[in-house]
Amino acid sequence: MVLLQRPHILLLLIDTHQFLQCWIAFGSANEEGQQQEEFSEELLVKPLPDHKLLAHFHFQSSAPPSTSNGCHHHLFPKAISQLVQKFRVKEMELSFTQGRWNYESWGGFDPISSSNAKPPGVELWAVFDVPQHHIDASWKNLTHTLSGLFCASINFLESTATYSTPEWSFPPASGNVRYGTLPCEAVCTENLTPWLKLLPCRDKAAIALLLDRPSLYRGFYHSQRLHLTSTESSSEGIDSGIILEQTLTVVLQPNSERAIEVHASEKHVQPSWSLSSIFGKQVSGRCVLAKSSSVYLLLDRGLVAELKFPNKENGKSAANGLTSENFWSNPSFELSVNPDRIFLEESSSHSKSLSILYMFQVEKYSESEPFDIGLMWKVPVAWLCQQTPLHASRFFMGSGNERGAIAISLKSTQFTEGFMSANSKDGSCELRVDVFQVVPWYVKVYFHSLRVFVDQQPRAVSDFIEKIHVSPSKDKMSPGVMEVVLKLPCRVNTAALTIEFDKGFLRIDEYPPDANQGFDIPSAIISFPNFHASMVFLEDDSLNRSPLLSKFQEKCPVMSYTEVLLVPLTTPDFSMPYNVITIKCTVFALYFGSLLNVLQRRVAEEERFLKAKAAKKTGRLPLLLSKLSAKLRGSGINQD
Amino acid sequence: MEKVKKKIGSFSFWNWVTASIIFRLILIYFPKNLNLSSRPEVSTPLTSFRRLAEGYWLKQSFMSPYAGSMYHGSPLLLSLLGPLTINRIEGQPNHLLYSLVSVIADVVSAMLIRATGQNLRLAYLRSLESLDLVKQIEVSGDIAALIYLCNPFTIVACVGLSTSPIENMAVILCLYGACSRLIPLAAFGWVIATHLSLYSAILIIPVIFLLGCGPDSPPRKLFLQRHQQKEVLNQSKLPPRFSWGPVIHFAFWAFLWSVYVLVLCGISLKQFGGLWEMFKSTYGFILTVEDLSPNIGVLWYFFAEVFEFFRNFFLIVFHVNILFMILPLAIRLRHRPCYLAFVYVAICSMLKSYPSVGDSALYLGLLGWFVNELADMQFSLFLFCGYVGVSLLSPVMHNLWIWRGTGNANFYFATAMVYACLQIVLVVEGVSAMLNHDRKLRNLITGKPQDAKS
Repeated sequence: MVLLQRPHILLLLIDTHQFLQCWIAFGSANEEGQQQEEFSEELLVKPLPDHKLLAHFHFQSSAPPSTSNGCHHHLFPKAISQLVQKFRVKEMELSFTQGRWNYESWGGFDPISSSNAKPPGVELWAVFDVPQHHIDASWKNLTHTLSGLFCASINFLESTATYSTPEWSFPPASGNVRYGTLPCEAVCTENLTPWLKLLPCRDKAAIALLLDRPSLYRGFYHSQRLHLTSTESSSEGIDSGIILEQTLTVVLQPNSERAIEVHASEKHVQPSWSLSSIFGKQVSGRCVLAKSSSVYLLLDRGLVAELKFPNKENGKSAANGLTSENFWSNPSFELSVNPDRIFLEESSSHSKSLSILYMFQVEKYSESEPFDIGLMWKVPVAWLCQQTPLHASRFFMGSGNERGAIAISLKSTQFTEGFMSANSKDGSCELRVDVFQVVPWYVKVYFHSLRVFVDQQPRAVSDFIEKIHVSPSKDKMSPGVMEVVLKLPCRVNTAALTIEFDKGFLRIDEYPPDANQGFDIPSAIISFPNFHASMVFLEDDSLNRSPLLSKFQEKCPVMSYTEVLLVPLTTPDFSMPYNVITIKCTVFALYFGSLLNVLQRRVAEEERFLKAKAAKKTGRLPLLLSKLSAKLRGSGINQD
Repeated sequence: MEKVKKKIGSFSFWNWVTASIIFRLILIYFPKNLNLSSRPEVSTPLTSFRRLAEGYWLKQSFMSPYAGSMYHGSPLLLSLLGPLTINRIEGQPNHLLYSLVSVIADVVSAMLIRATGQNLRLAYLRSLESLDLVKQIEVSGDIAALIYLCNPFTIVACVGLSTSPIENMAVILCLYGACSRLIPLAAFGWVIATHLSLYSAILIIPVIFLLGCGPDSPPRKLFLQRHQQKEVLNQSKLPPRFSWGPVIHFAFWAFLWSVYVLVLCGISLKQFGGLWEMFKSTYGFILTVEDLSPNIGVLWYFFAEVFEFFRNFFLIVFHVNILFMILPLAIRLRHRPCYLAFVYVAICSMLKSYPSVGDSALYLGLLGWFVNELADMQFSLFLFCGYVGVSLLSPVMHNLWIWRGTGNANFYFATAMVYACLQIVLVVEGVSAMLNHDRKLRNLITGKPQDAKS
């Protein structure tokens, strides 16, 4: 009887437990007003001038601050919320990148490039909400956790020699930042899969369905990024709210079938593409857990200026009208699907023309009727993306394995001139450039050898460097960090910073297995704090704003990363340890033995003299001793 | 006649001195100092000019000069020589003032060597006289000074802007003070030399012997034997017994000077890490051999190759090796404190963690004091050829390894090994020759035929 009843009781228990849980969750959701965990997914597609296509996936999940849900979440990934609570992470960004963002042709002055163009390999920075002396321990634990979470060797960032503490040049300026990069980390699908696991629908529905591995990794550049911000918990007992933003940026080459057929004369026509042709898949159905899922097509300022829309003059009225046919059926291109909405950029001071955003809502489509947009170009179009004020590149000088110099060169782009003339109200126009450079300890930088060249003329350092912060590297302890604020005149054509270094010599066990490949020096970060890349689109309902568009509106300073440098270091002979130890010890023994021998050697005559002396001096004690020994020996014999 | 000869001798001495100074100045005016300042033979992490400039720059920008792993020298050197690293005179080579300071240091060292050599010679002549063994002794002070000034190693260290001329000057100052019984000067030299490079600390033993029983002389036993033979005990002709007075005086002054130096260092590092940081990054850096960049010593490659868990053991072994030999040498050579100092300096420059050619220049210069005693030294031609060969081969091997990438580290390490062996042979043969010289003196006095074996 009892045995029979047990399952019922158990069921009842489970039922009540579930009911309670639901009730608690419901109650808490009610308590906090209408705030609930949200998830939204968006995809932005943008044609690039060099016949390529940028696809930018943006997934955002947010967990509002709550009192009681503790470790229970509806949509928000548990791993991330635990991580935030355990290590008290205030803000964190982790990016895995392969390939290099081409600032010259893909632009550097828009929100996508300045926040999603990342240095190759892994970049991680985090701001902690813990006391100063706990930060390093938290960082160490965080790297290990992330390393397990994303199947990457992020745990190499735990040693103090690999990460640094930017003082002020790194954007989230505060003393609790830790910044580390692994330039040589290979990024592949094993890093993407755990990243996708954080999404509520994984890659099984809607936009994430497009993430087809072969087509992603065939691209020229791909960068997967994870950015999380936790809001301050106002009082005790309330967990902090977290906003998790996952983006994946890929630059792909659309290889449409038509492109092969085209004649030589049509070479300059941009290749036509469709989502199914570039990703090999279509968006079918929607992720039911997502609040919104939409696809955007962005035509940037330069392109819009080239296209010459018929009613560009009264653009604002058109934006209000929304269904203006002119925007999507243009003589130069054709869209396969009618956009649901069209956004026009608010007029900005930076540029004369405005970019246009087409929005497609995926919710409307179902599995039977998959969503697939395509863009067909009819006329050749050539335009330029907006560039950063100065184009930065970095290179090595010198030869040999003993010493060298790092040079960071800044070249003015065409964009600067136009902007500067507009911006310089009074005659003294200055361009502020922040340079943040981390060098590993085995590149021993001589900071006193910092030189500034402006327009190829060597100039006094103090004339152009407004502020400099240096933390010199300590052997095997910490990397060298240099933060420089340059104030350059607006009319500058080129500027260069050079700094000399000596190459260090490592122990044999400090070399990686491929020692002769060289060591990577992480990218320098060049930021222009006076310039903000933001795109403000006119929207009618500010309540229901898309996370991607609100991200675009944020004023983030224009940033660019330089190339990663590979520095070859001399290697010792890895097969020699035993030989070196034995040879060295032999020489020492030779020294010690022969010197001691010389010191205590006596020539024959001295020997005789000493013997005679010893014989004469034989006192009572030695006599007794000899007698004793003789006796002992004698008794020993007797005993035998 | 003799006066004229002496005049000619001294005239040619001054000729040589001016010639060597002019030669240095010519080299200084070469562009970029012939890249000597970045040669591993000249500038070690301790003596490098660029590191000094970096330390000064850090100090000027309100950071501790020891903040990075760049500067490992004294804070006093930073205050004295630091400003010279950035001062430039238009139309003149960079760092001209600093080079001039090095040249002056070299000349002063040479003059001190000369004066000490003359002192030693006078004292030695006196003691030989009292043994009735008067013979003509050449002016060894001049030879030693010229060896020091014209030695290519000294010239390279001076033109290469390293700090070793200053370190050498402190060591020589200490010996000069002790020889001419200027106790405060000797104490000052010893304290500064120890402050600049830890290894000079063991020079306290020869200095105590110098102050206690006077400069080099034949063993005291010989005097006693001689007087027993003559059966007249002339106390005045005997070398003095060990007297503690000057030694205590020296200890007092050494204490005073070291407190003074430490206070000065403390003041200059007040707003930074203080004295503890200084000791950690100067003496600690010397003792733990952290920098593994190649130099003419043998420790860098050893510690680059040795397994991590043996590192501490070998660090202790190699440093104790220097200390092991102090006592036996002090017992056998206590009647020749200057020679003892030479042997100590040679051993240190052979076993120290970051040796440079400046250290070799010092002991080769001191060797000049004993040209008479060491006339019978064996292998002197072999040693000379060895030094020339190594100093030619070592840059070639370095070039092959570092710049061309055709050789490997073993090539360069081999030359360092040969160099270490040469110094071992020099020390061992030198000590042996000096002991034999003493034997010869005794045989002359006791009238016994010279031992065939000695």
